Amino acid sequence: MKAYWNRHSERIMWGLFLASACVCVLAVAAICIFLVANGLPFFTQYPVGAFLTGTEWAPLRNVFGILPMIVGSFYVTFGALLLGAPVGILTAVLMAYFAGSRVVKVMKPCVALLAGIPSVVYGFFGVMLLVPLVRTTLGGTGKSVLVASVLLGIMILPTIIQTAEAALNAVPRPYYEASLALGASHEGSVFRVMLPAARSGIMSGIVLAIGRAIGETMAIIMVAGNNPRMPGDILKGVRTLTVNVLMEMGYAADLHEESLIATGLVLFVIVMAVNFLFSFMNKRRALQ
Amino acid sequence: MRFRKKKNRPLDLSVPSRPRAHLGARVLKALCWLAGAFTLGILLTMVAYILMRGIPYLSPAMFAVKYTSKNASMLHAIVNTFLMTGLALLMSVPLGVFSGIYLAEYAKPGSRLVKLIRVTAETLAGIPSIVYALFGTLAFVVTLGIGLSIISGALTLAIMTLPLILRQTEESLLSVPLSYREGSFALGAGKLRTTMRIVLPVATPGILAAVLLSIGRITGETAALIFTAGTATRMASLFKSGRTLSVHLYQLQQEGRYINEAFAVAVVLLLIVALMNGLSFVAAKRLSRKGSA
Repeated sequence: MKAYWNRHSERIMWGLFLASACVCVLAVAAICIFLVANGLPFFTQYPVGAFLTGTEWAPLRNVFGILPMIVGSFYVTFGALLLGAPVGILTAVLMAYFAGSRVVKVMKPCVALLAGIPSVVYGFFGVMLLVPLVRTTLGGTGKSVLVASVLLGIMILPTIIQTAEAALNAVPRPYYEASLALGASHEGSVFRVMLPAARSGIMSGIVLAIGRAIGETMAIIMVAGNNPRMPGDILKGVRTLTVNVLMEMGYAADLHEESLIATGLVLFVIVMAVNFLFSFMNKRRALQ
Repeated sequence: MRFRKKKNRPLDLSVPSRPRAHLGARVLKALCWLAGAFTLGILLTMVAYILMRGIPYLSPAMFAVKYTSKNASMLHAIVNTFLMTGLALLMSVPLGVFSGIYLAEYAKPGSRLVKLIRVTAETLAGIPSIVYALFGTLAFVVTLGIGLSIISGALTLAIMTLPLILRQTEESLLSVPLSYREGSFALGAGKLRTTMRIVLPVATPGILAAVLLSIGRITGETAALIFTAGTATRMASLFKSGRTLSVHLYQLQQEGRYINEAFAVAVVLLLIVALMNGLSFVAAKRLSRKGSA
């Protein structure tokens, strides 16, 4: 046994490493197969068009239209970007160019912690503090598009900050020096030269954040009210695709259950499309 | 991967008599500070609010061995969280580290297989946890017939954390200077010995950082566990259902009867995650120091 090991250890371990590396591929294949195999049969009983464009969700009457959830997912994500993108980019600029090294030393772990806080804790914070706050100041129940967007905007901050900071740091230093040499101020060089030069990196960070935001479940389910109707007023409730799956998976059966898996499939396709856009942007940037 | 020290430091501002910036640029600069203050402020608010509401309720009753509807104890959830974390890492760490070794040390860079592995790892990292929840339910709970159990949850989480460990292992290995390998080869060591005895030990802090981050991720994961590990309120064995801390927090909030206890659970969750993040930060720093040596 030992002699065998001594003679063949290189090959055995090589095989083991290779096999491990293939697990990733197998896992993705398995996820795709299980989702498609369990989600597609639904469409033999329910037309795809009615599923994707129907505005009514009434599982008891076997009416499954997920357009409100699709719109809801994008609506909430858009709201999150309105808060998260400017704040995140400006914070990254601060960390890259304006703050002293001591401030940066404090901010980096803080941003990392913001990324590490579990989404259920974000949701809990939102439902305990933000929801009552909105209820007392702006009226309504408080569980609303507004709170979901704000909370989600905070959650995507670290993603945007970290990618934007990396992009800003990757801009060649001579750009800055040349700008100064032409008589521009420090601030002017940062906003007119460095920030535009880092644009593509920052954009891909935002796309990554969109992917995260569309996939977020726990924080939203706790603060969004979850009514399955077309979203409109930002003080009214909204239901996203993710929430739709999580809320009803516990008790759904038969066609209803299949409709939820199909919802998951739609979500999966949207998130994959966003992620492919992200890696495409990265690749194009690498080529430049 | 997040904390790698950057070579380019903050820009040197010691230019003699810098020109004064335009008003617009100065306003933007002020907005930058405002944004930074907002980011830190929101973190502080959140942590302070949860600590203030939760710490007074961290009573001994919260750590009673048996959960009853009277004490809303969280000890079972803590034990389940540890069990879940250990089990998931037991699968994902060897797999992730071995795959990382393959990509960094063995594979021909740019080969088709490597590209495929990279793309799938990226895909895995981008899949939302609710999709993992569906997959875990369909694959482990139903098809394999394991049922709602710690094992089903751990299998799901192992796949979720795999890309994080893989990527960090690969990057850590690649940051080890080539001369280490050449030195080892020159002394007559084989590929395997060089990798395991020379390269891997240098990369260990980086891998450790990824493992610690994964512990934080697993501790905080909720959506993927509700339908794979279930919500039973007891200390679970491997094939039994049991809730982890974050599922416990969600359930307490939904039931609405034990909001104060829920805050206490949130405090414990925050502490675990902050601890893991902090340790991971330190580990990543050690790697960058070693790597540049």
